[in-house]
Amino acid sequence: MFRPRAHHLLALLPSVAILAGVPFANGVRGYVLGLPFLLFWILACVIATSAVMALLGALDRRNEAAAPPPTPGEPESGRP
Amino acid sequence: MSPALLVLAAFLALSLGLGVLAQRGKAMSLEQWAVGGRGFGTLFVFLLTAGEVYTTFTFLGGSGWAYGHGAPAFYIPCYGAIAYAISYFILPPIWRYAAEHRLHSQADFFAAKYRSPALGVLVAVVSVSALMPYLVLQLKGLGIIVSEMSYGAVSPVAAVWTGIIALVAYVTVSGVHGSAWTSVLKDVMILVVVVSLGVILPQRYYGGWQPMFEAIEKAKPGFFALPERGLSVSWFVSTVLLSAVGFYMWPHTFASTYTAKNANVLRRNAAMMPLYQLVLLFVFMTGFVAVLQVPGLRGADADLSLLRLSKQAFSPWTVGFIGAAGLLTALVPGSMILVTASTILAKNVYRLFAPAADDRRLAIVARLAVPVLALAAALLTLHGGTAIVPLLLMGFSLVTQLAPSLFLALGTRPLATSAGAIAGLLVGETIVAWMSFGGVTLAKLFPSWPPGVTDLNVGVIALAANGAVLAAVSLATAPRRARDIE
Repeated sequence: MFRPRAHHLLALLPSVAILAGVPFANGVRGYVLGLPFLLFWILACVIATSAVMALLGALDRRNEAAAPPPTPGEPESGRP
Repeated sequence: MSPALLVLAAFLALSLGLGVLAQRGKAMSLEQWAVGGRGFGTLFVFLLTAGEVYTTFTFLGGSGWAYGHGAPAFYIPCYGAIAYAISYFILPPIWRYAAEHRLHSQADFFAAKYRSPALGVLVAVVSVSALMPYLVLQLKGLGIIVSEMSYGAVSPVAAVWTGIIALVAYVTVSGVHGSAWTSVLKDVMILVVVVSLGVILPQRYYGGWQPMFEAIEKAKPGFFALPERGLSVSWFVSTVLLSAVGFYMWPHTFASTYTAKNANVLRRNAAMMPLYQLVLLFVFMTGFVAVLQVPGLRGADADLSLLRLSKQAFSPWTVGFIGAAGLLTALVPGSMILVTASTILAKNVYRLFAPAADDRRLAIVARLAVPVLALAAALLTLHGGTAIVPLLLMGFSLVTQLAPSLFLALGTRPLATSAGAIAGLLVGETIVAWMSFGGVTLAKLFPSWPPGVTDLNVGVIALAANGAVLAAVSLATAPRRARDIE
């Protein structure tokens, strides 16, 4: 079963950067890496999503190696 | 035979061969046919997801939106990125539950979690209603791509029939294994073709990306920012959010996650998929080049910008390769849609009338459903006229309505009742249908309200009504004793 942990909040960062950042990025003129700022901002958020999800995966795998989750079929009530 | 047609034919034959051979060494039970024996590792789940998510709509529509609208097209990579972040959390519990209960379809998941065959049937009906127009969209795209890129040598009608026969052949034989192996070819082709186009074309016509953007900005000031009204910031944010929530509600995308061999595969996929989305950048570049190079494509013709520009810029051999990549963007998602819809018909509809049917029989029924569904889709593609258009737009909204009851069912016990889920779904889908067929927008309903509100995606209303009804009916029908046990 899924156990929420504090580091899972990291997953919100890129999404919030998109949803809350686009209204601001939309007003910025000029170019970064040859791209209009809005497009650059969105691509940066997309790449950040990959990085954050990879980091989360690594953290979760490390935690689970320390305390393995119940295997499928094992009753949920079996955990402390 | 012209060079372009030769390349197109070669790739169709290659896909068919890969698709048919994909099942070698597997006893094709329902378990293998529908969900690949739940044995796919990280690489194959990635290839399959990339294969089915980036469709003709991405290839033609992505460049078409960039060409026709400019900045609003950027919503596509945004909702994808958020959807993959969500997938990290929702797919592992879905996968575990599906593996434990040997589920094969999304409707199975709802029926099992809510212990309600009626909900399963309702989800099955929604699924097939959304999948059929989506398949038709792929076939229409296939017809356009092949006829354009063969310089008219093959008519759209002939292209659709040829494509559908190849699809039926390898889907019937190999099921999801066929989709997975043709995905390998497709993902590589798309990557190579689209990245090359997105780099070479701006270089050739403008001397690079920034000079291109500057030239377009000069001709069309404000093209790379969201407008004040219409496709504005509030449209953008609401559409991104709604599409991100609906993304994994597509029955074929949902069911393809069952093919993973463990939950960690899906977590790794959540990290890899956003990066693959960068192909969209190059798709957009192609659309942008076309703005000043092939001007004058209006309305639905904007979707032809990539093809027209390619024909103008390259030799027939290269055009054939670009067309072949386009052909694969129709075949791979089309095959996955066929597998999913057939599985749903067998498991969630046929089995109601034949409760004693075992998996062996269901596998036979599912395979028999493939040519029937394919034929229906081909006829709709060729004779549906424009009646299909509202259905196409509706598909995404239809499946998005599954989100509230799905999210509430991720825990050990659903947080809603089956009556609540059914009532919410019915209300949400009715509103979606009314809005789609009636062409309802908030701006029409409330012309005096500020654009910040009226530009919101109307799907938000259906989803809110769905959630409210779900909550109210669930509270009214919740068994008291269950709450005491909690």
